[in-house]
Amino acid sequence: AASRTTCRWGQAAGGGGMAGPGRGGADAVSAPAQGGGSAVIDMENMDDTSGSSFEDMGEMHQRMKEEEEEEEAEGEAGAGEEEDGEFLGMKGLRGQLGRQVADQMWQVGKRQASRAFSLYANIDILRPYFDVEPVQVRARLLESMIPVKMINFPQKIAGELYGPLMLVFTLVAILLHGMKTSDTIIREGTLMGTAIGTCFGYWLGVSSFMYFLAYLCNAQITMVQMLSLLGYGLFGHCITLFVTYNIHFHSLFYIFWLVVGGLSTLRMVAVLVSRTVGHTQRLILCGTLAALHMLFLLYLHFAYHKVVEGILDTWEAANMPPFQRVARDIPVVSNAVLNTTAKAIALTL
Amino acid sequence: FPGLADVSIPQDIPVEGEITVPVGSHSPDEDYSTLDEPVKDTIMRDLKAVGKKFVHVMYPRKSSALLRDWDLWGPLVLCVSLALMLQGGSADSKDDGGPQFAEVFVLIWFGAVVITLNSKLLGGTISFFQSLCVLGYCVMPLTVAMLVCRLVLLASTGTVSFIIRLIVVGAMFGWSTLASTAFLADSQPPNRKALVVYPIFLFYFVISWMILTFTPQ
Repeated sequence: AASRTTCRWGQAAGGGGMAGPGRGGADAVSAPAQGGGSAVIDMENMDDTSGSSFEDMGEMHQRMKEEEEEEEAEGEAGAGEEEDGEFLGMKGLRGQLGRQVADQMWQVGKRQASRAFSLYANIDILRPYFDVEPVQVRARLLESMIPVKMINFPQKIAGELYGPLMLVFTLVAILLHGMKTSDTIIREGTLMGTAIGTCFGYWLGVSSFMYFLAYLCNAQITMVQMLSLLGYGLFGHCITLFVTYNIHFHSLFYIFWLVVGGLSTLRMVAVLVSRTVGHTQRLILCGTLAALHMLFLLYLHFAYHKVVEGILDTWEAANMPPFQRVARDIPVVSNAVLNTTAKAIALTL
Repeated sequence: FPGLADVSIPQDIPVEGEITVPVGSHSPDEDYSTLDEPVKDTIMRDLKAVGKKFVHVMYPRKSSALLRDWDLWGPLVLCVSLALMLQGGSADSKDDGGPQFAEVFVLIWFGAVVITLNSKLLGGTISFFQSLCVLGYCVMPLTVAMLVCRLVLLASTGTVSFIIRLIVVGAMFGWSTLASTAFLADSQPPNRKALVVYPIFLFYFVISWMILTFTPQ
């Protein structure tokens, strides 16, 4: 609250302070109600960051704003009615009624639009997910490589977005470096666009897909936690790619792929297993995550690699019949070469 | 602040105010009089302000002049010149590896926006455009590095030129990061400086990498 330069009494104190006590209060209220009804332990209450989704934060914010606006609107409406009463004689009853209806519709529409806007375009919704200290980030980075042993007790996942976001950007930077050193030729699109699209697409897309699967398999995990878990799993990818883009040994890459990739996959899988009940569900969820995670690392290494680029070129050259070849700027000399090659292949066929 | 909820406020007095740091208020007379001055005076004043900020970037000291009167002219000029210089290669070559103008432009501006959002989310006290202004102006050492690289590449393209370019770009990258950190890190709570500095480091690193790997066709 102290960071804002303009201060409104209800909003600033409420918006900043509600994040902590509001959440804790909601959890404390819901727990006895659920505990009294069933014998199942609610795993949601194990976390200290669960429950604060975007909509919850936005709702709290909007409720406080609306309270203020209602007070203002009451004052304005009172003044407006007084003015309309004076003009009654001139405009007539129908004109006044029409104007009031139009006014009200405008007010309602404006309120709804501003509610939608402030719900989704308000940066303060994201503020609690960036509330971290550097030591916490460092600790979580190191923890993401250490598989947990206890899978009978649901493990805590910190719902934080700073670390994963920075890791995705770092991965983009490493990917750019790798693409440049391997002289990758991007035929459609740009280098930058491909790198950013790949990394963000993986992070957001696979998180959404795993969240959907988790919903199907009844796993106790929220979207932010899934984003955070997968994001921190990219730390292993960053290390592996950083080392192997500079030192080009295939065997080194495979060792790193198994060890580093495997460790981060094991950690993610263990955390998910601890939050899922039932053997089939655990198998589905963890199998999918492990496969996607490891395959993504394989893809990142091989898609932008010098050797494979050469292999792909010779493959395409052999399989494509000459007259279907796309004529890029081919000078006269290579045209002659092309024709002789075509004749030679036609003779052999 | 739970105690404040109990404070009863009379309905007819709106309790609302602004807590801004008084940074030398402009008297109303000044605002009206700038409308009548000759155009040359207006342009010279703006140019002087931009020039002063360039000097601040070259010798980064902890002063608030850069932050107080933010403007985006300098960043625009720097961004456009950097993107023009980085537009490498002929348009009809099949190697699309060189960054195009739009790519560099979008990268610089969206990178700056992301860093600003990040520093605001981490609890920074600096405003959106002030942060954009600082990040844009601190691209200046890298623009100078690009100029030097282009000149060196005109001379030769061997290993020696690569080492020279590496040293120049590395030095300018360090200068950019230090300059922007000197301005931006002060607006953060003291234990979170590292969290804000890392994205700035990454941003200038990507720009430096683009400059270093630039090869004219």
